[in-house]
Amino acid sequence: MLTDRATGEGIAKLHQKRLNHLEALEAESLYILREAVAEFARPVMLYSIGKDSSVMLRLAQKAFYPGKIPFPLLHVDTSYKFPEMISFRDNYAKEIGAELIVHRNEAAIADGASPWKLGTQNCCGALKTRSLLDALEEGGFDAAFGGARRDEEKSRAKERVYSFRDAAGQWDPKNQRPELWSLYNSRLRKGESIRVFPLSNWTELDVWLYLYAEQIPIVPLYYAEDRLAVIRGGMITLVHEGMHLLPGEKPELMKVRMRSLGCAPCTGAIRSEAETLPEIIEELIGFRRSEREGRAIDHDEEGSMELKKREGYF
Amino acid sequence: MSTLPSAERSVNKMSFRAFLDSHLEQEMLRFTTAGSVDDGKSTLIGRLLHDTKSVYEDQLASIRASRVNRSGGAVDLSLLTDGLKAEREQGITIDVAYRYFSTAKRKFIIADTPGHEQYTRNMATGASTADVAIVLIDAKAFQRAGELLPQSRRHTYIASLLRIPHVVAAINKMDLVDYSAEIFEKVSAEFAALAKRLGLKSVEVIPVSALAGDNVVEHSTNMGWYTGPTLLEYLETVPLTIRETADGPLRFPVQLVVRPDAEFRGFAGRVERGEVRPGMRVKALPSGRVTTVKSIITYDGELSVASFPLSVTLELEDEIDLSRGEMLIGENQNAPRVSSAFRAMVVWMHEQPLIAGQTYLAKHTTRTVRATVRKILYGVDIQSAEQRESSRLQMNDIAEVEFDTSLPLFFDAYATNREMGALILIEPVTNATVGAAMIIDAVEPLRRETEAGKGAAFVWLRDRPAEAAAFRDALQARGRAAVIVDDALIPEVALAGVVRALQLAEVSAISARAALSDSTIEAVRKAAGDSYFESFVDASRWMDASSNAEEMP
Repeated sequence: MLTDRATGEGIAKLHQKRLNHLEALEAESLYILREAVAEFARPVMLYSIGKDSSVMLRLAQKAFYPGKIPFPLLHVDTSYKFPEMISFRDNYAKEIGAELIVHRNEAAIADGASPWKLGTQNCCGALKTRSLLDALEEGGFDAAFGGARRDEEKSRAKERVYSFRDAAGQWDPKNQRPELWSLYNSRLRKGESIRVFPLSNWTELDVWLYLYAEQIPIVPLYYAEDRLAVIRGGMITLVHEGMHLLPGEKPELMKVRMRSLGCAPCTGAIRSEAETLPEIIEELIGFRRSEREGRAIDHDEEGSMELKKREGYF
Repeated sequence: MSTLPSAERSVNKMSFRAFLDSHLEQEMLRFTTAGSVDDGKSTLIGRLLHDTKSVYEDQLASIRASRVNRSGGAVDLSLLTDGLKAEREQGITIDVAYRYFSTAKRKFIIADTPGHEQYTRNMATGASTADVAIVLIDAKAFQRAGELLPQSRRHTYIASLLRIPHVVAAINKMDLVDYSAEIFEKVSAEFAALAKRLGLKSVEVIPVSALAGDNVVEHSTNMGWYTGPTLLEYLETVPLTIRETADGPLRFPVQLVVRPDAEFRGFAGRVERGEVRPGMRVKALPSGRVTTVKSIITYDGELSVASFPLSVTLELEDEIDLSRGEMLIGENQNAPRVSSAFRAMVVWMHEQPLIAGQTYLAKHTTRTVRATVRKILYGVDIQSAEQRESSRLQMNDIAEVEFDTSLPLFFDAYATNREMGALILIEPVTNATVGAAMIIDAVEPLRRETEAGKGAAFVWLRDRPAEAAAFRDALQARGRAAVIVDDALIPEVALAGVVRALQLAEVSAISARAALSDSTIEAVRKAAGDSYFESFVDASRWMDASSNAEEMP
């Protein structure tokens, strides 16, 4: 339930029979989180450190209150994440008392896997998809919560709340279980698993509104600030450790922020003046571009998100 | 009525703080769209998204640049909602897709379902969570055929079967019939007759052109004769069902027990129906034990009341045995049906047919039991909504079916409450979701072999007839036979013999007689052996121990 921080009044109290959309979404997400914890043997939450993960984490705190979050958080670290993300992750997990598992595909990292060497598709395949599947297998997890939303990208519009994966971790868009009412089928055979998406029905705007209403901390990269960056392939790329500047590239200070967080080399920033959550929301209302547009991987090939999903990426 | 369709336009009119406040007050409405590809369904959804400024520039640019344009218009808006590669190639939608948009008044979730005949299962899926169904009717096709197409009848029938609270017919392609009031009147009359026959309670009919944009978001200038709401105005103002669900008796299926330490034990779940308040007397099913709600716990503080669809944690005054798959109800309110046999409308969703004698897993609220098909009563012809003979259900068939379950379910009729009357059927070997069922009513249960071997007790609750009745109900709620043996035709001297006979038949005997002689007690003790009890607590412990012998699947 939301509390208006200004008046201290519970919003639910103001209209007991008139739920606003964030309360309705929250209630649905809590139900999904509890259903999964009740029915799966060993769930885990995929924690990407991004804004959606932050919302999902708060929902998990709410779902099991006054108990602790009854599953570990799993972060798949590609080694290309922004340092601000890593320090935020470690501090926040500690603050809320959550168990954190960090998994890296050390073999591929030692091998020098990078988007420049392998291309974004293959780099993601090795450092994200492969790494994630290995981590799930090592941990013996039969269910993994993910922060994906159906409004993010076309191929996600048909995703189930409980997304079934075969023993190889693959998704078959033509053979999904029908999902009616809020009766989720959690039955699995050995080796099979289910990705659970408690934020399925949230939009990008819902996420920001909730972060604001709940005063949830997020990585500072989401707020506009003067940062050193170059423009590469039409994308504003923040200067980061290990970056090789191309001939003619000259880093400049630009007032920018991240709209979605990924790996430093492949996630573009946007020019922005938004330094607070209300300013971000205000800016978002004016946006006429979808948030994944800043991700290099989605543009490699038409339908590329669907390809990645079939292979096991979210 | 003035509409401010886009968030963008709203923000210009209001201060930002006022905009935020209004967004935090928005309600949420779910609707589904039923229509065949040629009814213009994707174009209608594309139009709604486009005219409410819910389409991003990069998405719009990508459909403008697309090689495909099947619409006949400048931009093929149907491309906005075509998701997966396979269907882009085939030009049809093959699975339920969910879309989102919002206006100053409401946030909308669209379950966009394909309308081809073989995809009844997808329409049922989309309909299962919808507050409103938009049934698309092609005015041009109506003009040609002189009557409603079978597909429109089918879509309306499924909306009625799934009990979508409101149904609106969007009479599309009005531009192709010269915006004729006469044709609109004819379609409306036929649709109204169909809706009446199917028992639909809230019905609206709106003339639109998805391609040209008439009456979707903006009022049409081509149909001056129409004075009703646009489709969007209708969606923004139609009453939400959420408010109605708070009336009625409490149903609180337990999802899980929250036990962070030895001090606290709470029951997490969603209020499916009615309201719960601290101090309220509640009864646990199936144990029949009664207690009081101590508090309603949430992360944001305790609540004074909770109703559907809030997820909360209840703390109870007494330590009672209660776990997932069980339910709290209001003590003095109408109880749900408690039965291990029921009849239900089934929508079959799998290639392997449903036949009598098959056993599936049935998931109902938070409870999963085994359910065996007793018989198929009749099938439904979905074009005419009429009954027909049926011995097996193929994919997309609909029928009324009787089931027997391994343990009782606690349910209300689907017609009364969707959450309390719905269940899914799961094939126990492949784990596929094979069917959806909507319960009509309980039927007389069969005596089953699984009840054997649990033993029967003799319980003497001296002078406590209410407790005796409660214990009998609790046993019956667990699918076990029990009778009260205080009938005037059973004299005390015959009691031991009656108890023994009942025990051989696996029926527990319960008495609230005021007095029994020592010799009767001795004889009954001998007959009942270890299963002789004189207190409710001891008897309940025996019941739990012997009932748990059969695990839930």
